[in-house]
Amino acid sequence: MHQISSSPFNNAVEKLASLPGIGNKTALRLVLQLLNRDQKEIEEFGAAFVDLSHQIQYCNSCFNISDTPICDLCSNTSRSNDLICVVENILDVIAIEKTNQFSGKFHVLGGIISPMEGIGPNDIKIPELIARITENPPKEIIMALSTTMEGDATNFYIYKKLANLNINVTTIARGVGIGDEIEYTDELTLGRSLLNRIPFQNTLSLK
Amino acid sequence: MFLKQLSILNFKNYEEAQLELSEKINCFLGNNGEGKTNLLDAIYYLSFCKSYFNPIDSQNIKHESPFFVVEGYYQNKDKEEVIYCGLKRNQKKQFKRNKKNYDKLADHIGRIPLVIITPLDILLIIDGSDIRRKFVDGIISQYDTSYLTNLLAYNKALNHRNLLLKSFWINRNFDKDSLDVWDDQLVQYGNLIYASRKKFIDDFTPIFQKYYTEISKDQEEVALEYRSQLNEGDFESLLKENLDKDRGNHYSNIGIHKDDLLFKLGGLQLKKFGSQGQQKTYLLALKLAQAELIKNISEEDVIILLDDIYDKLDGKRMSQLMGIVGSGNFGQVFITDTNLERIPSILTEEKINFKSFKIEEGSVKDV
Ligand SMILES: Nc1ncnc2c1ncn2[C@@H]1O[C@H](COP(=O)(O)OP(=O)(O)OP(=O)(O)O)[C@@H](O)[C@H]1O
Ligand SMILES: [Mg+2]
Ligand SMILES: [Zn+2]
Repeated sequence: MHQISSSPFNNAVEKLASLPGIGNKTALRLVLQLLNRDQKEIEEFGAAFVDLSHQIQYCNSCFNISDTPICDLCSNTSRSNDLICVVENILDVIAIEKTNQFSGKFHVLGGIISPMEGIGPNDIKIPELIARITENPPKEIIMALSTTMEGDATNFYIYKKLANLNINVTTIARGVGIGDEIEYTDELTLGRSLLNRIPFQNTLSLK
Repeated sequence: MFLKQLSILNFKNYEEAQLELSEKINCFLGNNGEGKTNLLDAIYYLSFCKSYFNPIDSQNIKHESPFFVVEGYYQNKDKEEVIYCGLKRNQKKQFKRNKKNYDKLADHIGRIPLVIITPLDILLIIDGSDIRRKFVDGIISQYDTSYLTNLLAYNKALNHRNLLLKSFWINRNFDKDSLDVWDDQLVQYGNLIYASRKKFIDDFTPIFQKYYTEISKDQEEVALEYRSQLNEGDFESLLKENLDKDRGNHYSNIGIHKDDLLFKLGGLQLKKFGSQGQQKTYLLALKLAQAELIKNISEEDVIILLDDIYDKLDGKRMSQLMGIVGSGNFGQVFITDTNLERIPSILTEEKINFKSFKIEEGSVKDV
């Protein structure tokens, strides 16, 4: 759609537009923006991406992004090895870290099971999770996946695979959101909340 | 609630028409192709935000015209309600209630309950099981909001499972644990749907039988049978038993996606052994039972559209039918016929109030 006959220009636009959430028009605008800057600054942009491809690695234990073979979270001795929290991606690690409520280790699956998208258990870090747990059994693993059908299927698959290891498998609570009003809560969520009700006392310790 | 006045502009073969309607029965009379069914369709539009006959919105604009408007003035007890539907070519459909646009069309559907009875209903008898499941699902979803959610979830799990079976087949491998997680979801939602359908057929059958008996004057014995593989055993065990078959043809052979509703007449299959008039009576009774159920649930009158019902029905059954819809038990009624006399004379004989309109080449005249 753009009619500029410069191949470096078009190349940069095309690369940006291949990112999710960025259309051709936005990509065009971003490249024009970039061209207004000093050459040095543009080079820094480029270098940042080259470093990204050369230097980024994934933690061999939890598959979080890391500069070292074992990430900071995994090598932090004040974090407990008895708890492993299983999440879909790195954004979920960040979200859970922000809560300040978790001081165990993570395991990043890098996706969830979905035959419709051709993703099976072996396409994500499930075999690695099983191996990790078999080698070094924690007391509990917390499944913190999305509460979709695919998330549930992944939970169930992992649960089955761990059945003979005598490990406590839990999932994060699902129910009425904090600050939500009952009358506006959808039936499915409200129904689950009733089924999975908790002793009132447990709510007192929450901050 | 009833439709007091209907105004249409450039809708199908109408350039412009305005009808003052009866609260009871309205007859649209005229020759083939003059525009009787199109008027029913305009009324259908106001309830369902779309045409019953032509799913492509823009094709309902009069040929060569830039837009259509269908507008209905309804009387709801002591309040008036105006429903407006307008469509310009290549633009989004406008749908308004009392001059206010709807956020979602789904918010409107169900507000003006309506059941349409047309010759196309015969597909319920002659087509595959899919259309009968849709008929049942459509009614249950109107009173059970979680039903549709469960059905969508079931279909998704089924889709996952079928694709997984296919991938096992292509890659020549098999992983039981992978399959189990989908079986688990299928069973969970499948059992809920099965229970809802079973209960629905139990509640619906006596209402259906009542109407069949009334129209036929107790001529034949009819019954509905809910056929499901789940009648034969527990879903989970059936899945296990059929695993080899499922793997063989990489498809899920067991489940509520195979359900059917069997139409029985004197203990035999209606499709094979019912006469055309008996089939027609059957369909009328099904649709009237649907209307009664909707009326009970919504506590609103249900508008009934009857298109070309004279076809195949004898005089006696026709009088019975007019008696039922004319009793005012449902709500306002709209009927089409090619014969100018037939229906008005039955209605007069049965002492039922009505209004007739003569339809000629897309124009309407009060009779
Ligand atoms: N978008 C359109 N623009 C113009 N004419 C249309 C459009 N869509 C349908 N028509 C025409 O409307 C005419 C009347 O159709 P309608 O189905 O209402 O007839 P009818 O009176 O019910 O006839 P019958 O007795 O045969 O059922 C048909 O000739 C059809 O071609
Ligand atoms: Mg017609
Ligand atoms: Zn790590």
